[in-house]
Parts: sequence; C-alpha cells; structure tokens
Amino acid sequence: MRTLALALAASLAVVPVLAQDDASRIQEVTSPGGIVAWFVQEPAIPIVTVQIAFDGGARLDEKGKEGAVNLAAGLIEEGAGDMDNQDFAAELDDLSSGIGFSAGRDGFSVSVSSLSENIDATMDLLHVALTEPLFTDEAIERVREQVLSNLRSQEKSPQAQAGRRWYAEVFGDASYATPVAGTIETVTALTRDDILAAYGRMVAKARMKIGVVGDIEADALTALLDSTFGDLPEGESLDKTPVPVRETGGLIVIEEDVPQSAVVLGHKGILRDDPDYIPAYVMNYVLGGGGLTSRLTDEVREKNGLAYSVYSYLYPLDRAGLYMGGVATANARVAKSLELIRQEWARMAEGGLTQEELDAAKTYLTGSFALRFDSNSKITGFLVGAQSAGLPIDYIDTRNGLVEAVTLEDVSRVAERLLKPDDLFVVVVGKPEGMESADTLMEGIGG
Amino acid sequence: MKRLASTLLAAFAAMTAPALAEPVISDFTLDNGMRAVVIEDHRAPVVTHMVWYRVGSADEPPGKTGIAHYLEHLMFKGTDKIAPGQFSKIIAANGGQDNAFTSRDYTAYFQRIAKDRLGLVMGMEADRMRNVNIRQDDIVAERDVVLEERSSRTDNDPGGRFREQYMAALYLNHAYGIPVIGWREEIESLDRDDALEMYERFYAPNNAILIVAGDVTPDEVEALAEEHYGVIEPVELPESVRATEPPHLAARRLEMRDPRVTQERIWRGYLAPSYVTDEGNEAEALSLLSDILSGGTTRRLPRMLTLDTDIALYAGAYYSGMARDMGEFAFYAAPKGDTTLPQLEGALDWMIADLLKNGVTEEELARAKKSAIASEIFAQDSQSSMARQYGAALTIGLELDEIESWRERLEAVTVEDVMRAARAVLVPERSVTGYLMKAKSEEGADG
Repeated sequence: MRTLALALAASLAVVPVLAQDDASRIQEVTSPGGIVAWFVQEPAIPIVTVQIAFDGGARLDEKGKEGAVNLAAGLIEEGAGDMDNQDFAAELDDLSSGIGFSAGRDGFSVSVSSLSENIDATMDLLHVALTEPLFTDEAIERVREQVLSNLRSQEKSPQAQAGRRWYAEVFGDASYATPVAGTIETVTALTRDDILAAYGRMVAKARMKIGVVGDIEADALTALLDSTFGDLPEGESLDKTPVPVRETGGLIVIEEDVPQSAVVLGHKGILRDDPDYIPAYVMNYVLGGGGLTSRLTDEVREKNGLAYSVYSYLYPLDRAGLYMGGVATANARVAKSLELIRQEWARMAEGGLTQEELDAAKTYLTGSFALRFDSNSKITGFLVGAQSAGLPIDYIDTRNGLVEAVTLEDVSRVAERLLKPDDLFVVVVGKPEGMESADTLMEGIGG
Repeated sequence: MKRLASTLLAAFAAMTAPALAEPVISDFTLDNGMRAVVIEDHRAPVVTHMVWYRVGSADEPPGKTGIAHYLEHLMFKGTDKIAPGQFSKIIAANGGQDNAFTSRDYTAYFQRIAKDRLGLVMGMEADRMRNVNIRQDDIVAERDVVLEERSSRTDNDPGGRFREQYMAALYLNHAYGIPVIGWREEIESLDRDDALEMYERFYAPNNAILIVAGDVTPDEVEALAEEHYGVIEPVELPESVRATEPPHLAARRLEMRDPRVTQERIWRGYLAPSYVTDEGNEAEALSLLSDILSGGTTRRLPRMLTLDTDIALYAGAYYSGMARDMGEFAFYAAPKGDTTLPQLEGALDWMIADLLKNGVTEEELARAKKSAIASEIFAQDSQSSMARQYGAALTIGLELDEIESWRERLEAVTVEDVMRAARAVLVPERSVTGYLMKAKSEEGADG
C-alpha cells in the first residue's frame, strides 16, 4: 500500500488554495485616509470578520511592569466612551457581534466578527473602544484578580511552569523572558497610570496590519477603515534588532508531585525572514511537526508508547528565532523519552531526509495548504499574519512553489545548521526518575 | 436521494435576505443502511469526510471502561491492505489531515483533504470499517499511549480529577458517569480481544453515519459512497445494553482537596432531558435558559456574582443536551477574595430560588433567542464544525428534519416553557454539589 500511496501522491495536482482565480481574490485596499487592509470579498455567508494586529505587544512592557500590556488589553472591553462594561457588552449583544482583544509576545490583536448588516455599528463600537477606553479602578481591580488567579494556577501547572522557566533561562534579560501576563509580583504592583502608559504605546497606525474577509463591498470597507482607525495615534515602527538567546544546553528539573512530567526543550532557531525558513519548515515537518507522521512520534509514541504527544516546532519571534520541542511522559520514562528525542535531533542533523520523506513532506505541505483557507476567520488570520511577517500579497500563490523547490541538499544544510542536540536546553517539571531532582543547572548534558 | 426542498429555497433566499442564509444540506441512505449527509460549502476546494459510529463509552461492557476510546486509537494501526502505521501517513502524503474522537455516544473518524482525494479517503475508511488489523505488538505500546493521554488530560490536573468525580456522582447507574477515556485501573488491563469484540459488534455500515462537508455535490458523494461503502454487508446489531437511570431522591455532595489547587471552585449539576429524550421543547428551553443565566457579561450570573456583589471571579451555567439518553444542566463559580465556597453556594441558591419564583423576562428570552440564531450563522463559517454538529446530532438519534426545524422550535419557546423546564430540572433532591478546595494545611497561606 505504501507504493500505491506514493503513486497517488505524485499525481496530486497543484490545487488552487482559495478557489479559482485566487491571486486576484486577495486585494490590497487603501482608504482615502491612507489606511491599508488586505481584503477578500466572500458573500457566501452574511458575516464579516476583521482582524487587526498592532506590532509590539508585551515587548512594550517596561522592566518591572510586565503584564501591563496584557492587563490593558483585557480592560478595553470593560468600558469606553460613555459606556460602562455592561453598556458595551449590551451594545455588542444587540448587534450579535463579537470583539476580542488579546496581547501576545510581539503583538496586540483585535478580532471582530459581525453579521454583515451590522458591521458599521460594530466598527463604531470598536472605534470608541480603541480611542476612549475608560480603565476604571473598579474594572482594573476585577480584571487584575482574574489575571492573578490564572497566574497562580500556572504556578502549579507542570506545562506552564516548564515553559515559563525555559523562557526565563533562555532569554535572561530580554522581554521574552517574562510571560505575556507578567508575574504575580508585577501584576499586583501595576497602577492605573502604568496601564494607561502601556495602552498609549500599544495602539499605533504605523504598526497596524488589517485583514478583512466577508460579505462587504470594497468601498464600504475603505470608508469604515477611515472612520474606525483614521484618528488613532500615528506612532512609529519598532526596532527589530535580535535579542540574545542562550547558546549553551542544560537541564533543569523542577519537582512537582504529578504522575506525568512535562518537558519543554529547545535552542536557538531562525527568524521568519531567514532564507532557510522554508527548508527548515519542511525539515521540521518530518522531525516533529507532522503530528502522527513525524519521526519523533514514530520513535517516542508509536514504537515505544512513551507519550501521547511529542513534537517540535519552529517559533520565529520578531527578535529571536527558536527551535522548540516538548513531550509529556510518565515520570519513570522521562529519561528514555529525552534520549530518543536527542537521538532523532542528532540523526536529522547528521543525515537529513530520505528522498521518500522529502516527497511525502512536500505533498503534505503543498496539498494541505488549502486547508488553512476553508473558513473566513482562518483566511482573515492569514491576511494579518502574512502582513506581519512581511510576506508579499501573492504569497498564497507562490508558497507551494517555494516548498516544491526544497532539495535534499537544502534540508541537510539547514538541519546541520539548526539542530544542535548538545545545545538543547531542557526543563522538566514533575518527579522524573533517574534525573537530577534538585533545581540545579547542569551544563552540557547529553551528546 | 432525498434533497430537501426547504434548503434549496433557503439557499435561494440567501441571495436577497442574508440574515436567512442557511447551509445547503442533502441526505441519502445506502441499501446496507448507512446514512449519509452532504453539507455543501464551495468556498474552498477542500472536503471534510467523517464516519460516525453509534458506539461510545456508554456502550462498554462492565469492567472494560475505556475500550471504545482505546479501539479508536487502534483503528489507526492498519488493515489487511494498509501496512502498520501507514494510515495517517498515506493521508498526509496526499495533503490531508486525519484524526478521530470518542465520546459517550459515538466514535468518529475524519479526514480533511483536497476535494479530488475524497474517493481515496472513503476507500481507506471503508476498508478499516471491517478489515482492521491489530497486531499484538501494537497492543501494549498503544495502551501506554492511552495511559499517557489520561495523565495529560486528567491525572496531572486536580480540576480534571474533580470533574471525573463529579460526573461519577451525577449518574447513579448510567454509564455517562464513567470517564470516556476509562478508569486507569481498567485501561491497564484492556487487551486485543476486548478491542476486537467491540469492533466486530459495532463497526458496520448500518451502525455508521457518513458526513461529507465541503466543495462537493450530493451526486458525486452518493456515487463514491455507493462504490466504497455500499459494498459492505450490514451486520446484525446487538440490542442496546445501556443501564437506565433511576429517580434521584437525595442531593449528593462532594468535597475534594488537593495541594495543587490554587483557585477553589464550586460545581452544581442536575440531570436534565436531552434533545433526544425531551417530550416537547425542553431542550431548546434549557439551552435558552443557560444563555439567560450566563451567555455573556450582561447575563444574570456574571452580572450579579462578578459585578454587583463582586463575590466571584467568574460564574456561569451550561446546558449539555446533545446526548442520547439524558442531558445535564450545571452551574459553576469561583470565589473571590474572602468569599467562602458555602457563601458562594448560598448566592447561587438564592439566584436559583429567585429564578424559580420570579421567572425570566420576555426581554431576556428575546435576547437569548437572538444570540442563539446569530451563533448558528457564525457557525456556518467552519466546515468542520458544521460537519461535527450534523454528525453528533444524527448519531445520537435526531433526524434531519429536527435539525432543520431547530430555529422554528427555538423561536416558539415561551417564558412559560423556560420556567416549566427550569422547575422540572432544578430540583434540590436531584442535584450534585461539588467543592474543589485547596489542601487544608495550605488554607490561608496565600490569600
């Protein structure tokens, strides 16, 4: 059956991603006031989805005030203009619309969903929220408590603890070292002025990317772009100079009384605009990106039954590239799982892919690209993500060609460049057996 | 094939009256008894193909909890034609994604793939309906994988274990009280014979429902289904052996303490009719009631408990009615500041008493209906969730015309209907109240 499958795979035609004539379906529209959005008109369902990404996010937090951007994002829906939080929610409710605000490591995002008949009024509400948020003391205290409760539960979650410690160790001083939501100490100490100051930095036209998909005409959209975003502060673009990433490997074990240890591991990777990004992406699909089909899954899960989930991924932040992985496995089997992961890391670094693996990766990655575009909200996400990553507007048409062009040599070169089993920095949270259980750092484990 | 005239009309109407847009649905039944539903969505050249079996954890024999889910895992191991471990790899090499899930009433397998690959995935799914090949080698490793899955989902998290205890207390006799993944002690002894027995009894065309959503026509789906599924012989299905649930006469209470709990919470649940077992429109009424109580921050529970009295960090209610034998109506809340769980329970009790005494208003009901109808329109954006909605509904025993007339039934619900359903369900003697608490020694240690 394996040969049959490959024969079928080889005949997989290059399928258009959106529908026929896709290149022309993504339009760049510019409003009279100069606001740019990427737009796909889709009349099939009477809804409009809008996403806005402001470059910056938690990196705009000042030292010692980490979590301010996140708290500000959580407070925008809590009242704006002459509306308190109940009025604002009731207005959205009357329109059957949703507006969400969220902060990430590199950005602050807004996502809007509306019935097409209500999009004008919904964008009006968004305008008030973005330009006149109230940040009342009552709301600050309420939302602060919710954030603190989450932070407290993360202190007991093996997965969250492992991630938090990993970033702290790998990034040292950079803003990426601290969780987007901040710490219990910093969030407790935030004042209203801190939140206002953070908000003042978050929203800026110079750092705004907009994607729109749905049942709306381009003219109506450009008018809305001006009325919603026209009077936001201009601001300026951010410096993207990379920050230092820890170069040496290590192992930290944090003891927690749970049956299953959470493991987060990784080392330096590459940025999204690195010429090797696509070959690296293809390579990682085979190593640990391909769900049930990856080498890591084969070794750790299928052959040895050590874990339900084992994976690796490229994580290109704006100012640091990471190559990450993880596994969750019974305490008695952590050492064995880690050994297998390191072994696969090394095997790929030394030997790259087989032709068969490369072919299968390409047919998956090119064939499944269309699955990212089967809903308006997914397409909207792509439109914003592609702009934030600096990709050209025709990327949707050229991307599969970039994947097809990857050679075995490309993969070998990139694997050797990127995968450094000795440099893996590993954090284990649980009660792993046969591993150093004190919270100490051991340099150069493995290899 | 039975093409539904009403949906064609609705599709036509969509061109002029967007708010009335409805999905284009058709259905047919093969001679061997396999039902099929086609959900047309021509926005992207992809399909979602699902096969749902009417067998879930509620159908497991005594002592074999988890066998339905374990079998789901083993179904990926291969068939007489497909080599071990190749199933998902073949799908991936054809640009597709696949997975499966098990619930109390059903087990479902799905692929998302380019539309010209529909025949391929149907052929593979039809093949494993009767010809799965489970090797003894796979049995132990995969059981370990399931145990790790259980650790990740449940055993590592006090909230997960509490939820399991709550469900076990909610049902006195019915298997809905058993965790879908199974009790650890019983998973550990499941074997190949247990899996095959379940497979032989329940995996057959006359116990399966086919759902295809995406860029397809009903005619092409029917032709492919005839070719691949139509040739499979039906089997004689076993009588349903599910236990019945006796009347609930005593309120039950649970307390669970765990040192890893950082945020205490209360859970209060009641058995309720489901969409299948209700006699009139109780399910719709209870669904609307849950929206009136907690469908957003303006609704009763969040407004009164998190805003007006400020005693809860969060508070809500839900109705879970998509089930063959019975549903559940539940409340949950987390105390804030110095509030104790008994105080929070008192507030919940007061709100329930107030609801039963003073009822809901016409305005509250109208808002809930509007919100439910808008949600249905937004739900159409996701091909996979549409496929899941129809698959789940049909598998538990609803008919297409019941799904089609959902909106009419919803709109017909009166304030009296809501209150009649509320009074029938929210009976103290039928309730389970659970407290998830911090460990005693830690009480008061960190606010």
